[in-house]
Amino acid sequence: MFYREAGQFKTSYNKDQAVFPIIQDRWFIAAVIIGAYAVVPFAADEYWLQAVIIPFLILALAAIGLNLLTGYAGQVSLGTGAFMAVGAYACYKMTTNIPDLNVVVAFLISGVMAAAVGIVFGLPSLRIKGFYLAVATLAAQFFILWLFNKVGWFYNDNPSGTITAPPRELFGITITGPQATAEARYFVSLTFLVVGAIVAKNLVRGRIGRSWMAIRDMDIAAEIIGIRPLQTKLMAFAISSFYCGVAGALYIFVWLGSAETEAFDLLQVSFPILFMIIIGGLGSIMGSIMGAAFITLMPIFLTNFPPMIGIHLATDLQKHLEEIIFGGMIVAFLIVEPHGLARLWQIAKEKLRLWPFPY
Amino acid sequence: MPATRNIGDVLLDVDGISISFGGVKALSDVSFDVREHEILAIIGPNGAGKSSMLNCINGFYHPQEGTITFKGKPRHQMQTHEAALQGIARTFQNIALFKGMSTLDNIMTGRNLKMKKNLFWQMLYFGPALKEELEHRAVVEEIIDFLEIEAIRKTPVGKLPYGLQKRVELGRALAAEPDLLLLDEPMAGMNIEEKQDMCRFILDVNDEFGTTIVLIEHDMSVVMDISDRVVVLDYGKKLAYGTPDEVRANQDVIDAYLGVAHE
Ligand SMILES: Nc1ncnc2c1ncn2[C@@H]1O[C@H](COP(=O)(O)OP(=O)(O)OP(=O)(O)O)[C@@H](O)[C@H]1O
Ligand SMILES: [Mg+2]
Repeated sequence: MFYREAGQFKTSYNKDQAVFPIIQDRWFIAAVIIGAYAVVPFAADEYWLQAVIIPFLILALAAIGLNLLTGYAGQVSLGTGAFMAVGAYACYKMTTNIPDLNVVVAFLISGVMAAAVGIVFGLPSLRIKGFYLAVATLAAQFFILWLFNKVGWFYNDNPSGTITAPPRELFGITITGPQATAEARYFVSLTFLVVGAIVAKNLVRGRIGRSWMAIRDMDIAAEIIGIRPLQTKLMAFAISSFYCGVAGALYIFVWLGSAETEAFDLLQVSFPILFMIIIGGLGSIMGSIMGAAFITLMPIFLTNFPPMIGIHLATDLQKHLEEIIFGGMIVAFLIVEPHGLARLWQIAKEKLRLWPFPY
Repeated sequence: MPATRNIGDVLLDVDGISISFGGVKALSDVSFDVREHEILAIIGPNGAGKSSMLNCINGFYHPQEGTITFKGKPRHQMQTHEAALQGIARTFQNIALFKGMSTLDNIMTGRNLKMKKNLFWQMLYFGPALKEELEHRAVVEEIIDFLEIEAIRKTPVGKLPYGLQKRVELGRALAAEPDLLLLDEPMAGMNIEEKQDMCRFILDVNDEFGTTIVLIEHDMSVVMDISDRVVVLDYGKKLAYGTPDEVRANQDVIDAYLGVAHE
């Protein structure tokens, strides 16, 4: 079969420590990435790119960010939307005030701004945990969006109250604003996700990731080993918010084009991203991406699949069905498989490895 | 066997420690010292204040009275993570492993303080960061071999049986290469065979690396076998202090502790 681990002995710790120690996995991932660059943009039409694939890529980046904080460091956050908004508004202010600034640099600085805000709202995490911390981050969510709505400076006192991405180029190709093609915007989002996922994976398999997980699993023991709780938690908040900030900037600049604060609403963004990591798998980078794919694809599936088999659902019924399915799955995953789709995938691979002759 | 090792100077000096919680006096005016390379056992009935003593030594509890001098420096109020910096590692009575992580990662975490590469290199996981990771991995593999837990390297520790968890926790403490190792009931709940293994590991650590060990244990035969000196606590007070033979012969101890245990 495809998965045959037997016979693949790891001859060095380096090989054993590789992200995908099994060669078939490496081929699979390489094929996915090559396909994403070389096939998808030509196979998918404008509608698919704009309505499904680009938002999936950007939300997956934010989901990775939240997973670093919640899945790895164990700090629950409902402020994802707010941290994304910080990135988006920072990017808007920078690009409109400094027209010559390279837009990719602007995206990265937006992430740094979000990281700074994330550190501030992470401070209570030294004292409070779990549910109470979630409530504190909820306060961040409401306060930041209120602030961006209230203070005209953030949207350049634009009478409509919206921020609009100005057209900016990278290598001579317009990648933001209405003139940018879906393909260009796709490549930008994809590249941010690929790089972001690799960096996140590197972080979690090294010293920093282990200190996050140690704090998550047993904070007192972690402290006695010499891990400083505040520093470690704040670093998780900072890096997580960096990811969310960059994703937020991309959300406006390469996806929506223009938006108001409502685009970063709790129910629009923060909760769905939390659901992505729960369904995809807490403490898994791959799971964050799977969860994002699942949540963006599910509505499309519900729109298209029932008619294909001759069932026609009313739009509102379909919407309710979607919510019921999400709700049910979240409860199911939380109870049965907190490691989510990522773990199910792993189990499937293990089964496949032994199939058809279990040892 | 203990006689052949050269016991050095005083490494840890505990002087007049008292601590109480609400009305409960967990420790009152307890003094003893621990010399380099020795194994010191703290014994006493349940609630005698043994674990509280370890918590004071590694800075998790702050005694209300008395001073603790470690490596010649009197300790002021310190934060919990500082004990590790000074070279103190420990295990817990109720295993405190990182349940979601593998055996390997748990022990690797024990080396966190020794890993210096910054965020930038960590993000790349390449060059110096990879080199550092592999160096520490090699040390951790030695510990894994030493503790004979090769087979469970990649297993999440939450899934391991109790005895193995205790072993992994010892591994995590050893990974820090401590000068002083505190073991809170390392053999509790183990069968004879597991206890023998654990005894062997403790003696080997002490012998090969010269690590000074303070351990809490209820099994008297174990205590008398492996420790150089014994502190007996009862209701937070020090009842006796000396070599196993001296302690065994002490009438107070016989009345208060051994007598009870042998009833
Ligand atoms: N953090 C704490 N808060 C309140 N009381 C405490 C605390 N730590 C210890 N105590 C009390 O101090 C006394 C000594 O407890 P300690 O855990 O040190 O005993 P022990 O000798 O380790 O007992 P055991 O053999 O059961 O482990 C007990 O009465 C305990 O209830
Ligand atoms: Mg105890």
